[in-house]
Amino acid sequence: MNFFELFVKLVLVIFVIPSYEVFATSNSKLMHMEVDLSNQQSLQRGAKVFVNYCQSCHSANYMRYNRIGEDLDIAEDILKENLIFSEDKVGDVMSISMKKKDSANFFGVTPPDLSVIARSRGPDWLYTYLHTFYIDESRPFGVNNLTYKDTAMPHVLWELQGFQQLVNTGKRGAVYYKPTYKNSLELITPGLQSEKEYDATLRDLVNYLVYMGEPIKLKRKKIGFWVIFYLSILFVITYMLKRDYWRDIH
Amino acid sequence: MAKSNGTFVSVLVGARDWVDARFPLMKIWNEHLAKYYAPKNFNFWYFFGAFALLVLGIQVVTGIWLTMNYKPSAEEAFASVEYIMRDVEWGWLIRYMHSTGASAFFIVIYLHMFRALLYGSYKKPRELLWLSGMALYLLLMGEAFFGYLLPWGQMSYWGAQVIISLFGALPIIGEDLSLWIRGDFVVSDVTLNRFFALHVIAFPLLILGLVGFHILALHEVGSNNPDGIDIKKNKNADGIPVDGIPFHPYYTVKDLMGAVVFLIFFFAVVFFTPEMKIPGTQGLFLESANFIQANPLQTPEHIAPVWYFTPFYAILRAVPSQLGGVIAMGLAVNLFLLLPWLDRSPVRSFRYRGRNYRIALALFVISFIVLGWLGLQVVTPVYTWMSRFFTVIYFLFFLLMPFYTALDKDKTVPDRVTN
Repeated sequence: MNFFELFVKLVLVIFVIPSYEVFATSNSKLMHMEVDLSNQQSLQRGAKVFVNYCQSCHSANYMRYNRIGEDLDIAEDILKENLIFSEDKVGDVMSISMKKKDSANFFGVTPPDLSVIARSRGPDWLYTYLHTFYIDESRPFGVNNLTYKDTAMPHVLWELQGFQQLVNTGKRGAVYYKPTYKNSLELITPGLQSEKEYDATLRDLVNYLVYMGEPIKLKRKKIGFWVIFYLSILFVITYMLKRDYWRDIH
Repeated sequence: MAKSNGTFVSVLVGARDWVDARFPLMKIWNEHLAKYYAPKNFNFWYFFGAFALLVLGIQVVTGIWLTMNYKPSAEEAFASVEYIMRDVEWGWLIRYMHSTGASAFFIVIYLHMFRALLYGSYKKPRELLWLSGMALYLLLMGEAFFGYLLPWGQMSYWGAQVIISLFGALPIIGEDLSLWIRGDFVVSDVTLNRFFALHVIAFPLLILGLVGFHILALHEVGSNNPDGIDIKKNKNADGIPVDGIPFHPYYTVKDLMGAVVFLIFFFAVVFFTPEMKIPGTQGLFLESANFIQANPLQTPEHIAPVWYFTPFYAILRAVPSQLGGVIAMGLAVNLFLLLPWLDRSPVRSFRYRGRNYRIALALFVISFIVLGWLGLQVVTPVYTWMSRFFTVIYFLFFLLMPFYTALDKDKTVPDRVTN
């Protein structure tokens, strides 16, 4: 082995192979999306995606329909028509009728409640996860996921995204490169939406999930601003009071 | 107008005198506020005692309101916290104030303790004051530990599981002791119930009682100051220390101003970043893993205690044997108790101490902070060796103290306080 070969191999060992390892764990660099809770229309669209696609199997047992109506400015009749498909009343929580035992039988695990999923997983993880389903015939539902290996979840949004295929990671021709979530997957069967439209759908959905994780987040910072503002005025007053009392202390 | 005002004041004065004839109202007021003479040169570091009292108040009041809606059962706890966050009016604010208050309490207490290290406040005649403060710190750790289980998230559950199992490492009694604490073979509904009782009644009562003791002990010996001078040695003809000023109104108005500044920082966290999500962390005040309901069958990938315990957690992991780690951790917390007797310097304040103590204190603070950071990280060989290195420095600060303080070249302490 000549020196050059050794050098190339060392570089590979140091820089490329670890990136595979990183890739295998959930710590690799996730795709990033900006959460925008001020975009009410995005949140409304996200809520619709949620009830249409997620809520068949996932509950949101801490979230009430009419809270969504209040926060996202949706009238009650529109709420009933577009978001509530069961016998639920507007004041009910977003529960599901599927029994935990049954769903555990169908999927191997009970699909988790999604009320606070954005607070545990974080928006970037959810966004990347929903982007990275790919065909894998060895799995029960024919798909696997790059972000969450051997996930029990089927690709619920396939009719929107279509199907992706895993392309040879880390090497294209003679060129080695660092695999990322984006360049490792290739769309082979297009869905109803273009790649751009699907990306926008996911952004709406994740936006909504972040909102659902903490509904007060829409107002919290606004209230906080006034609290700090009031305390600042109080500081000036207490500072003047202190200065006045301490005038004669040397 | 003036007349009715005068009547109103005289009614108040009359009420005060009525009470005073039956209860030592004015005596207490004078002894502890109006005629309690505190050194006039208190600086920034002397705010933290008052802040600790303020945070205690916040925790008690928000705690009472949380208890009104929280359900201490394994089945309902997690959901009841989310109920508070969503359906209880202003429940989110009460909950965030309580969770932020827990971390704020430790920040304030650590700075309060650091003040004692800077100015030698633990030295004679304040040894008992220091010991009662340390007992309060230990109680606070227990209170925080019990409270952290209550949201019944994954981190609550597994954090408690790990910490309780540490007691199992003790020889002979270990296994029985951890079983006794849990009340079950694993952390369960039984554990949650008893932790709730300890968190909302037993420990708060102990803490409140001991805070009373701490303040009485302080007022008996008098406050130390940044110069470490005994102001009682220099009194005027009326028997009032010349460098002292009445706590009320001088320090009540000063602490009032300080409290407002503290609240600005406190509410900035509550409203803008209640999780304290610093990049590279899961959230320092509210961890993301704790938004998953406790699952006894699924261990999370990475279990770490909340930031205020991490320096000791890093020490625990630095020692290869489990029993050794538990002992080292226990020592690391409790060695503070011995400070009044380990410190051989005749000088209190670091302003007049020699180079030895200044360097030792700086190294100690660095090792405490680095260990705190290491305790949050996933173990790697490099981090383990770093933990060992800083653990050694941490212990040397205490163990070598009798020598380096005795040999220190201290400066002359002035007779009067400086400004």
